[in-house]
Amino acid sequence: MSPAVTETAVTIRVDGQEVAVPEGATILDACDAAGIDTPTICYGPTLTPVNVCRVCVVELDGSRALVPSCSRPAEEGMVVHTDSERVRHSRKMVIEFLATGVDVSQANELGQWAEHYGADPHRHVPGGETMNEPVRVQDNLYIRDYDKCVLCYRCVEACGDDAQHTYAISVAGRGFGARISTEFDVTLPDSACVYCGNCVAVCPTNALQFKTEFDLREEGDWRPEDQTVTQTVCSYCGVGCNLELHVQDNQIVKCTSPDDHDVTRGNLCIKGRFGWNYV
Amino acid sequence: MFGAGGGTSSYQEIEEADLILLWGSNAREAHPIFFHHLLKGIDNGARMYCVDPRYTSSAQFSDVWVGIDVGTDIALANGIGREIIYAGLANQDFIDHSTQGFEAYAASVEPFTPDAVADICGIPAEVVVEMAHAYATADTAQILWTLGITEHHNAVDNVLSLCNLALLTGHVGRWGSGLVPLRGQNNVQGGGDMGAIPNKFPGFASVDDPDHRGRFEAAYGRELNPVPGWHLTLMFEAMERGDLRALYVIGENPADSEADVAHARAQMEGLDILVVQDILMTRTAEMADVVLPASVAWAESDGTVTSSERRVQRVRPAVSPPGQARHDIDILCDMAVAMGAELGPRDPEAAWDELRSLSAMHGGMAWERLEAAGGLQWPCPDEDHPGSVFLHGWLWADDLEGRDPAPFSVLEHEGPTEELSEEFPLRLTTGRALDSYNTGVQSGNYDSPLRFAGLDLNPTDAADLGIADGDRVRVSSPRGSVEMNVRLVSSLPTGLAFTTLHHPELIDVNVLTNPDWDPKSGTAEFKAAAVRVELVDAPETAGATVG
Repeated sequence: MSPAVTETAVTIRVDGQEVAVPEGATILDACDAAGIDTPTICYGPTLTPVNVCRVCVVELDGSRALVPSCSRPAEEGMVVHTDSERVRHSRKMVIEFLATGVDVSQANELGQWAEHYGADPHRHVPGGETMNEPVRVQDNLYIRDYDKCVLCYRCVEACGDDAQHTYAISVAGRGFGARISTEFDVTLPDSACVYCGNCVAVCPTNALQFKTEFDLREEGDWRPEDQTVTQTVCSYCGVGCNLELHVQDNQIVKCTSPDDHDVTRGNLCIKGRFGWNYV
Repeated sequence: MFGAGGGTSSYQEIEEADLILLWGSNAREAHPIFFHHLLKGIDNGARMYCVDPRYTSSAQFSDVWVGIDVGTDIALANGIGREIIYAGLANQDFIDHSTQGFEAYAASVEPFTPDAVADICGIPAEVVVEMAHAYATADTAQILWTLGITEHHNAVDNVLSLCNLALLTGHVGRWGSGLVPLRGQNNVQGGGDMGAIPNKFPGFASVDDPDHRGRFEAAYGRELNPVPGWHLTLMFEAMERGDLRALYVIGENPADSEADVAHARAQMEGLDILVVQDILMTRTAEMADVVLPASVAWAESDGTVTSSERRVQRVRPAVSPPGQARHDIDILCDMAVAMGAELGPRDPEAAWDELRSLSAMHGGMAWERLEAAGGLQWPCPDEDHPGSVFLHGWLWADDLEGRDPAPFSVLEHEGPTEELSEEFPLRLTTGRALDSYNTGVQSGNYDSPLRFAGLDLNPTDAADLGIADGDRVRVSSPRGSVEMNVRLVSSLPTGLAFTTLHHPELIDVNVLTNPDWDPKSGTAEFKAAAVRVELVDAPETAGATVG
């Protein structure tokens, strides 16, 4: 018996299709409702849009520039095109620029969209060179591989206002020197990090990666196709967080949480995220 | 006091509350994902008061940290109640319609003037007044607590003192306002709901009520024992008397977790037989005559657990149990067979349906509904019922739905049973840290970079004792001594020392804790012992951090 939520519907036209969405919904929500897939990188369903990647842009009649669908609210009567030449070209270029000089080999969704739009990240830097930074392994819980980072800010948002309120990481530096950093670039154990792993959970490129996954990949034994995912409830404390246990060869290899569950919204604490290895 | 033991509100409500009283809870560390909901509330404009002797990581997010002395909660609650009455902020319509015993309550809080409370609790009088006004004038207000309220010799009275405030202001029984004990284990709510408490059958039916008992006798076709059983503390007293000779422990580690644990271990050593059913070789299991290896309930078995917002959710097997480990339901059914009883099909869904037939509040929670809905909140009496977001809406019904008005409680301030003395001049309180869980049986097995085992001490107290950061000290209470390393924490009040119970293999802290217990709940006073701290002459080189 929560207070009644009054929802006014807004109708817009997406690729010729009429779509009704609740007031406050975004163009991206309308695309989802219309069954149109949209590439996103910096957007996450549990995060406030930061509008940095520009890969979700759409063409909006009456607007000079392309608009980011993830943050632009749908307004009555809008006419939106998601597959125009301008949109396809822009998305292709954005993907190429994001992936240039970055190892996107484990960014599955990005790779699929690159293929879809015919993007070739190696076009600008032949050979696909990266900065070739060593992977930072500072503890047994998660690793940071800066060569894979596209600076989407998702980890910063999850660590900050959108979930954890720990603010252990931020974007430091400007231009080419911009990178995700702890305070004064100290090691993770010396930083404010509380190891909830909520940054790892939202990373779209595996730049942040659970150590178990990293080790299995190093051994050449990370086999997502052989893994099962089972939803259950965490054994620590009485909040009732839902867990997704990723199991390979009868061993838990990763623990995530469903984005669409009201209790956790994809988030966990250090115990729930990492405290399972006694099983 | 309202008839059913459960948090009245849902997590979503705290996101929309105007005022939050976090009382005796470091939820930021002990219930981190609940704290996310609380942070949403703060982001949405809620004001938060955090009542805790320590300036915890939760208190850092509060508008006002109310750093009361350990064990003075009733004095503060009574003082807030008195101020609400004196300021004319009590909800008189609600009191007249929905409560009883107000006059006696009002008379009982009379001595708790702001100045008197300031003296008892060690906080400014203005804070008492401010909290009273903030709570009484908020549109919606949540009181949340955990073991800082309940691990005292007067645990139930502490809880009732908070309930009084809700009755005084009408902050219960409606959306956004309520009283929520955050549960410490993933199914401590469900365990109670299922009747795993000495005086209850499932659904809070009373063992000693002939009508309640009759329903279960009819269903099982036999007479049931009408005498309530013993809770854990009474069991240990019965062991001491020699009245309890056999103990069957399932998924509990009392050999580490009991207060005055050396005494508890001695009682368990004296048993005729100790049977332990557990997933890991705990200290209790090491003492057992028979160990029954069990599967991991949340990752190897089918079933349900119930959370702090009364949400029943499914747990499911993700991996198969190792070696000889068996599901609890199979072990228990075999145990029954050995005793000459057949408990029915060994199937979690069948057991659940049996519960639904006997516990009205679970009646509508069909197994497939639990699968589909991400859980349901009790009471959920029939299959068309959506589950209950909050409890006790009847308090606002014209006819109270035929129930008796909710009673105020008259409560005395007592303070901790163990007073400080020249011999034991420091107050030791125990608690939890973010990365660990209870006696560390489960959480001790992963490499946490945050792990710390030791004693937190204020730098001033430490300097008086000639102790520096990292020094090894001997902590002694009237019951024993334990060595540990010191970490200086400047935010800790002087006179207070703190440690966790997570590393009994390194720090056997419950050797120190006070076993005086609450006759109404059986909980010991883990939060308040009197101790002495001394430098150990020959410092050991073992580091303060482990793991």
